[in-house]
Amino acid sequence: MLLIPCPWCGPRDESEFAYGGEAHVIRPPKPEKISDDEWADYLFMSKNPQGSHREQWCHTAGCRRWFNAQRDTVTYKFDAVYKVGESPPGGGEQ
Amino acid sequence: MSHHEKWPRAWRSPEPKPEYDVIIVGGGGHGLATAYYLAKEHGITNVAVLEKDHVGAGNTGRNTEVVRSNYLWDESAALYEFSLKLWQNLSQELNFNLMYSKRGVIALGHSLQEMRDISRRVNANRLNGIDSELITTAEVAELVPILNTSPTARYPVLGASYQRRGGTARHDAVTWGFARAVDSLDVDIVQNCEVTGIRRENGKVTGVDTSKGYIKAAKVAVAVAGNSGVLADMAGFRLPIESHPLQAWVSEPIKPVLNSVVMSNAVHMYINQTDRGEILSGAGIDAYNGYGQRGSFSVLEHAISSIVEMFPIFSRLRLMRQWGGTVDTCPDACPIIGKTPVDGLYFNCGWGTGGYKATPGSGWVYAYTIANDQPHALNAPFSLGRFTTGHLIDEHGAAGVAH
Repeated sequence: MLLIPCPWCGPRDESEFAYGGEAHVIRPPKPEKISDDEWADYLFMSKNPQGSHREQWCHTAGCRRWFNAQRDTVTYKFDAVYKVGESPPGGGEQ
Repeated sequence: MSHHEKWPRAWRSPEPKPEYDVIIVGGGGHGLATAYYLAKEHGITNVAVLEKDHVGAGNTGRNTEVVRSNYLWDESAALYEFSLKLWQNLSQELNFNLMYSKRGVIALGHSLQEMRDISRRVNANRLNGIDSELITTAEVAELVPILNTSPTARYPVLGASYQRRGGTARHDAVTWGFARAVDSLDVDIVQNCEVTGIRRENGKVTGVDTSKGYIKAAKVAVAVAGNSGVLADMAGFRLPIESHPLQAWVSEPIKPVLNSVVMSNAVHMYINQTDRGEILSGAGIDAYNGYGQRGSFSVLEHAISSIVEMFPIFSRLRLMRQWGGTVDTCPDACPIIGKTPVDGLYFNCGWGTGGYKATPGSGWVYAYTIANDQPHALNAPFSLGRFTTGHLIDEHGAAGVAH
């Protein structure tokens, strides 16, 4: 069982959380203008990296708030958690 | 009369040649089956199968051996049924006992809605010529007397779907049988050879970088369940795939008590007894992405608590081993088998939790696709392009949990 550091509640058992997949997937600003390929990319294609992954979690059985995490997909270690809207460690996407 | 001391190796262990017509990346069941049918059906033998570990070290050696074809949609029913027909004669063809046992696969329904879904699927199967049956609670109880079918059970059994030709086949034997057959057709199986890069020129594949140096090839076919996204990244495109941990476990061996495969989508468990007497079962995937080949204890605990509710006889059974693999899941629970944005590069991936049962069929259609540079009618619907056209094949119901 993973021990997940909720940015509001502190470390809690994985069973209190729901996984929300890749973070920072941005809905196309002009959906009526984009091609089918761009739709496919937005809807289905994923980074799915082996290593550091920015992803969404929800503390469903706790504060019920969403947050982002940077986690290693091989060791499963949580390197950082940050609130929605905050910059991830190392900057970049929001 | 050498007291079993002079058995030859079942396959060679050659160093890679500088160039091949086709390189298959991944020496699991699907990769080896592909090499086998490339040689047998299409006469292409200047082929290397590159495996980063030993053959069958990935998901082929970790799955729970279930073979069946009762899928809902026409496209997948055709593919899995084609594969199930290849299983029928595969032991004879490979001259290797695959221990394919048609012990029957029972998928339980615990609610009225589940029974409606099951009867729809059974009817769809029958229209596709698949031997699926709807059976009653009493029939389930007769087939599996140790199952708690009491109306007051925590998970009441309202009925089930039943595929008699479904069953199990020994996964190691499948690996070894295909490896020996492939080797005897002069295909090189190169183990401990990890692909680290895919070289391209003008949008066409030219070869692969490996831990044993650069190897040139006009065609590269990837079959690396659990690492598909990593290989796609090497070739510069993305896949609609998320890699997740999937767990399974076996108990200590006991006398025969269970002679069918029993699965339940509602509680996400499936169970059968191996020929060695172990009770073998597994759970659904862990929710998070993970390449660690292990999952969380909570998933295991959830499945086992359901199993003990349904099979009270197993409550004092001790587990011998528990393990995990990495499965590449697609949004529609169906595989991707075909061409990619790079010319000469093919991908066979995204089988999610249930690729083992398709091993021979997958290899057959993949070999066709590689040899002809176009998909066979059986795998044409399973192109990467379906995520652009929107023609998804939603098999979440029938993909279920029996892997």
